[in-house]
Amino acid sequence: MEMAAQSIEGGFADPVFNAQTVFRAVMDAMARPGSVQALPAFARPPVPLSATAGAIALSLCDNDTPLWLDLALQAAPAVKSWLGFHTGAPLANTPADAHFALIANPAEMMALDGFSQGTQDYPDRSTTLILHVTDLVSGAPLLLEGPGIETSATIAPAQMPRHFIEQWKQNNQRFPRGVDIILATADSLTCLPRTTRIKTMEA
Amino acid sequence: MTAQSTDIATYNFAYLDEQTKRMIRRAILKGIAIPGYQVPFASREMPMPYGWGTGGVQVTASIIGPDDVLKVIDQGADDTTNAVSIRAFFRKVANVAVTTETAKASIIQTRHRIPEHPLKAGQVLVYQVPIPEPLRFLEPRETETRKMHALEEYGLMHVKLYEDIARHGRIATTYAYPVKVEGRYVMDPSPTPKFDNPKMHRSPALQLFGAGREKRIYAVPPFTDVVSLDFEDHPFEVQTFDQPCALCAAENVYLDEVILDDHGSHMFVCSDTDHCEKRRADGHRGHFAPETLAPGNMEPAQ
Repeated sequence: MEMAAQSIEGGFADPVFNAQTVFRAVMDAMARPGSVQALPAFARPPVPLSATAGAIALSLCDNDTPLWLDLALQAAPAVKSWLGFHTGAPLANTPADAHFALIANPAEMMALDGFSQGTQDYPDRSTTLILHVTDLVSGAPLLLEGPGIETSATIAPAQMPRHFIEQWKQNNQRFPRGVDIILATADSLTCLPRTTRIKTMEA
Repeated sequence: MTAQSTDIATYNFAYLDEQTKRMIRRAILKGIAIPGYQVPFASREMPMPYGWGTGGVQVTASIIGPDDVLKVIDQGADDTTNAVSIRAFFRKVANVAVTTETAKASIIQTRHRIPEHPLKAGQVLVYQVPIPEPLRFLEPRETETRKMHALEEYGLMHVKLYEDIARHGRIATTYAYPVKVEGRYVMDPSPTPKFDNPKMHRSPALQLFGAGREKRIYAVPPFTDVVSLDFEDHPFEVQTFDQPCALCAAENVYLDEVILDDHGSHMFVCSDTDHCEKRRADGHRGHFAPETLAPGNMEPAQ
């Protein structure tokens, strides 16, 4: 009974306009990588799914988009039923089948190349990763360059995946194939599309 | 049923249903992440025929919110049929604020021009695209053009430009002039005059392209390299005009020829009507401006 209530409550109060606001924040962040877009908590998903990641899932996912959940989220049946009830998105059998992946614990996540990279003919058929990070200031600073960035941008997301800079370099090299990342904190988001290059500080 | 429901048919905000918007929004995000790559999408029937900007309208409908201010232009003009009806459409289905002023708009939907007033960060330029595939008239098969994009095999396009030079002594393409985006994908900038191509290069605004009939969406993020294809000995150059705008005396803007009578008189005026009106409001006068002409005399003052 408790779980049934959990999976039904906490969706968008105003589905049309909330989805539009969340999408515009994601679009602006994708168009200007490293820019931080503030987002009010429109959704109240069950833990450990964060409000921002939940809102992104509600605004972009539906029955056309298989979802992959990391181990922390898979272990929470309430999250699965909440996503199922509000988006109708099926769970992907493997990460390589997923259109979107929700990662609550990026530090422990599998390698980026385990997700769908798209094909050379259809590079859009790749997984978009939504990573929970506690904040965008306390981690190792990442100096970003590439399309959407006038000169350079810096973010310092905490708890990023292991060997992230090396993995991201490989992701860049697969262009036009590759994954795109949305970093979601409790009240904001920023994006790393596959075109963004991370410049290492040391020579 | 309430008494209200008899007034008009009610639509979802911005006409499209939410599942369609999500599908288009996902395509837009992929387009931004892969600049210049044409993302296939499930284009919908719109309440206007293909060729009237259904692609641009679907993109605008998917991104627009109640706080947006919309400007629509058709060949630079705010007051032509296509622009007026699309503006009226969005007022009706989304009740958004509309404007003709480039600087005040947050979303500018355009058919084949980029405004003369420089765009700024935060603005979104939505292009209506008839044929998104730059290689289509060189290679009709989609299977082949897709492979050419996958392999970055754009030799055919250079051959086409070379044949222009062999035949005309210069690259004769004047609109829909192919560009290379971020050093990777060759892209059709939609049939804008090549005069506008340099404005796409590292523009602070986000540029989205929607082709409704051809079911493709593509994008150029802000501050992205957009280079017009050319040769070292035949560099890309834009059209030049030997006279300023007849109404506002603007130079270095794109001009339209307007036929005045059946004796061959004509004048050249700004294609961007908002830009021209602004300049005239600021006191700029061309040689054919009503204020410069003597009363009753339709001949231009010299």
